[in-house]
Amino acid sequence: MRRDRKGLLGRLPEAWRQPLAVVGAAVAVAWLVIAIAAPVLAPHDPLAQDLPRLAAPGPGHWFGTDQLGRDVLSRVMYGARVSIPLTLLLVVLSVLIGGLLGACAGYFGRWVGETIMRVADLVFAFPTVILAMVVAAALGASLTNAVLAVLVVAWPSYARVTRGLVLGVREREFVLSGRLLGFSAWRSLRVDVLPNVTGPVLVLATLDIGTALLLLSGLSFLGLGAKPPSPEWGAMVAGGVEVFDSWWVATFPGLAILTVVLAFNFLGDTLRDALDPRTARAIKERAL
Amino acid sequence: MTSRSALDISGLKVSIGGREILRGVDLSLAEGRVHGLAGESGSGKTMTGLAVLGLLPHGARATGRVALGDRDLLALPPKELNRVRGGEVAMVFQDPATSLHPMLTVGRQLTEHMRHHLGVNKAEARARAIELLAKVRIPGAEEAYGRFPHQFSGGMRQRVAIAVALACSPKVLIADEPTTALDVTVQAGVLRLLRGLCDELGLAVLLVTHDLGVMSAIADEVSVMREGLVVETGPRGRVLREPAHPYTRSLLASLPDALPDSPPDSPPDSLRDSLPGALPDSLPDSLPDSLPDSPPDLPPDSPPGETV
Amino acid sequence: MPKNPLARFLIRRILTAVLLAWGITLVTFVLTNLVPGDPVAANLGQRALGDPAIVAQWRADHGLDKPLWEQYVLYLQGLVQGDLGTSQQSHRPVGQDLAEYVPATLELAGAAIAVSLVLGVGFGVVAALRRDRFADHALRVLSLVGISVPTFWLALVAFYVFFYRLQITPGSGRVDPALGGAPPVTGLQTIDALLAGRWDIFVSAAGHLVTPALVLALYTIGLLTRFTRSAVLEVLGQDYVRAARAKGLPGRVILFRYVLRSALVPIITVAGLAFGSLLSGTVLVEAIFAWPGIGQYAYKSATTLDLPAVMGVGLVVGVVYLVINLIVDILYGVIDPRVRLQ
Repeated sequence: MRRDRKGLLGRLPEAWRQPLAVVGAAVAVAWLVIAIAAPVLAPHDPLAQDLPRLAAPGPGHWFGTDQLGRDVLSRVMYGARVSIPLTLLLVVLSVLIGGLLGACAGYFGRWVGETIMRVADLVFAFPTVILAMVVAAALGASLTNAVLAVLVVAWPSYARVTRGLVLGVREREFVLSGRLLGFSAWRSLRVDVLPNVTGPVLVLATLDIGTALLLLSGLSFLGLGAKPPSPEWGAMVAGGVEVFDSWWVATFPGLAILTVVLAFNFLGDTLRDALDPRTARAIKERAL
Repeated sequence: MTSRSALDISGLKVSIGGREILRGVDLSLAEGRVHGLAGESGSGKTMTGLAVLGLLPHGARATGRVALGDRDLLALPPKELNRVRGGEVAMVFQDPATSLHPMLTVGRQLTEHMRHHLGVNKAEARARAIELLAKVRIPGAEEAYGRFPHQFSGGMRQRVAIAVALACSPKVLIADEPTTALDVTVQAGVLRLLRGLCDELGLAVLLVTHDLGVMSAIADEVSVMREGLVVETGPRGRVLREPAHPYTRSLLASLPDALPDSPPDSPPDSLRDSLPGALPDSLPDSLPDSLPDSPPDLPPDSPPGETV
Repeated sequence: MPKNPLARFLIRRILTAVLLAWGITLVTFVLTNLVPGDPVAANLGQRALGDPAIVAQWRADHGLDKPLWEQYVLYLQGLVQGDLGTSQQSHRPVGQDLAEYVPATLELAGAAIAVSLVLGVGFGVVAALRRDRFADHALRVLSLVGISVPTFWLALVAFYVFFYRLQITPGSGRVDPALGGAPPVTGLQTIDALLAGRWDIFVSAAGHLVTPALVLALYTIGLLTRFTRSAVLEVLGQDYVRAARAKGLPGRVILFRYVLRSALVPIITVAGLAFGSLLSGTVLVEAIFAWPGIGQYAYKSATTLDLPAVMGVGLVVGVVYLVINLIVDILYGVIDPRVRLQ
């Protein structure tokens, strides 16, 4: 039994040929650019309330204006600076914390593993938004606390996945032979076990970016996340509820969320296919 | 011996995702004869069998001609091909533990396609099924009818699978590695059964296997496959004793012991003695009804189950 | 411990569930007592806050002067008697509030899960059978879109488009107010209307149900489509399916007798998870359609830091979800004997 050399990175080239992945990557990159360059790209100050109120989309304000006279387009652009970095941070933290806990649970087993898994089970016992809502409400309504709430809800998935993967790999021969050669437990974990674990975790993380954004903006929509006048997309949709007949106020921020989530879901889905050995072979054969 | 040709495969090419698996296979099956198809894994022998019945994996493309009588199976519309499957050409797979549905009774699996192909009613189908179970030497056929596959031993399960294949009286039987998943002690019994059924029912049997020992036991003709092509065909005795193609020679050479000397075109003497004519009816009466698969009477130096 | 594996399995699962239920009470209690903001400040007016006697009285009334663990024990005792505390907003027992709001959510979630199962599983099967053809690709994109749409946004858009603009669906609420509700038997308007023989109320209730249920269901439809597709493909690759095809059995027989029977097992487990996400979704959807259910109650409670109410909702939803998953687990164990060995 050899180490699975051709991990996820080896299979990336084939993945890129899928049209969904291309579209997803393009949109994701576009939003990243917008997030970075918003101060330059945005036609107006997102906080300035100097435009005519509730003006329909048209020249000068392509996404219309909201009930306080702010330009929706600029706010949507600046919103990317709020939502996207936070979401990415969220996922990275979940992966690190959940992954580490899960790897430890799998590798060291016994009471360490049991405790971690029981706590994870407890989190899973609640539907996600409900738990996030309860946590956010308990901590107090702010963006930071919303991020913490989503973190609490998100880490168990990674813990479970990594634990399962580590359990599966731990008994494989190349790991055992490494231990026999005198590798310490930590080295064995790092050199032999982790590389085989990163692939599926990466897929999960990519798909999770969308979920995290939906959850984060959902909490803000409920008033438990970003506070006004922050141009956070979920909060903007909430702001558009009372003036729903001025449809542009809520529609464009929601579309922003939709496109970002969709882009990462396209990417994640393609990555998952690339990783699954059966479909990976099919993709490669089609490419020949 | 001019038996009628039951199935003719000519120029069969199969490609999957741009890669050629079969590169032009020619094969002929005759009534009442067992034709062995030998080769290493990856040679395409299983694919050949699957191609006949149109059971190739998703995304595979087949060209060429598979003639059953005057029809080309590769060109048949799906509805007609479905009538051929099971009704005229049947298949037995390698592992009866997975090829039989775990949650359906043996009787159900025997009769479900009977009603479809033969149009018999429930009672007739059941009677026929029990007869079949007896024919393949399942003791206590009536109770067996209502049991589930996991309640049988490996060898018995494969016999059931053979009965299922023969339920609608097909003319051609493709057996894909029928004994590979079975215990060594049990393999000979199943092989004997196949040979006997072939003789009695005039079946054209394609025996796909990587095991030359299995081949030498019951095959009349042998074809050797390598990388998607048939490299040698001929009567069993001749091919195994005086192989013409270097690949066949190397295959044989890699066996630990040489195959027994036997007259061409007939099974080895000792095995033939234990296959008196039509098998099912002519086992000695002194044997008890519940006869487990008995150890093989094969000559000592052709161990079945040896891979090349 | 009895010897029968099925019995042992059932007992093990139920014990785990009970343990989890206890854990849930712990979680809700701990969380809502983490509130940095003082609930006193949130509930008493400015003048009252200045008077220490009133503050102390209020704290004593709400048991806030006792040590934490003692509050927890009191809480548990109350729970056993069905007392979930009193909502600080409505000044009624939380239990009573919830009992009033649960049926509406049950009706909405029930309709949504029914639609999700039918459409999700159906689409998934189609996608698997038409693998790599146009239908498969189209369904793949559609299901990805389904799981990418923000539910709260879709609710608003649907409300705007179908009610405000196109006027083809009725407005908010469960029934046309002019008709009044059906005499409550189950609490589910549609069923109650049928029971009372009031066809007009039934039509109105069903009409009001359609849009929010569909909005709620979109996410789970996407989820189920993808999952069903892989489950069915997995089964299609099995040897016994290939052997069944080799017997010449008609496609329909193979599909129902062979494929679906095996594929439905993992699908059941996902259905349990799907229900959880539906419950979550109600929080986001009910407010917009003015659907008087737990979701809306949860939202109001959270934003006003109504401790007992939030705890009550978290607890009830958690337990309901737990029970659903327990049922799913048990079903799974009954159908697939291998699971009992875990």
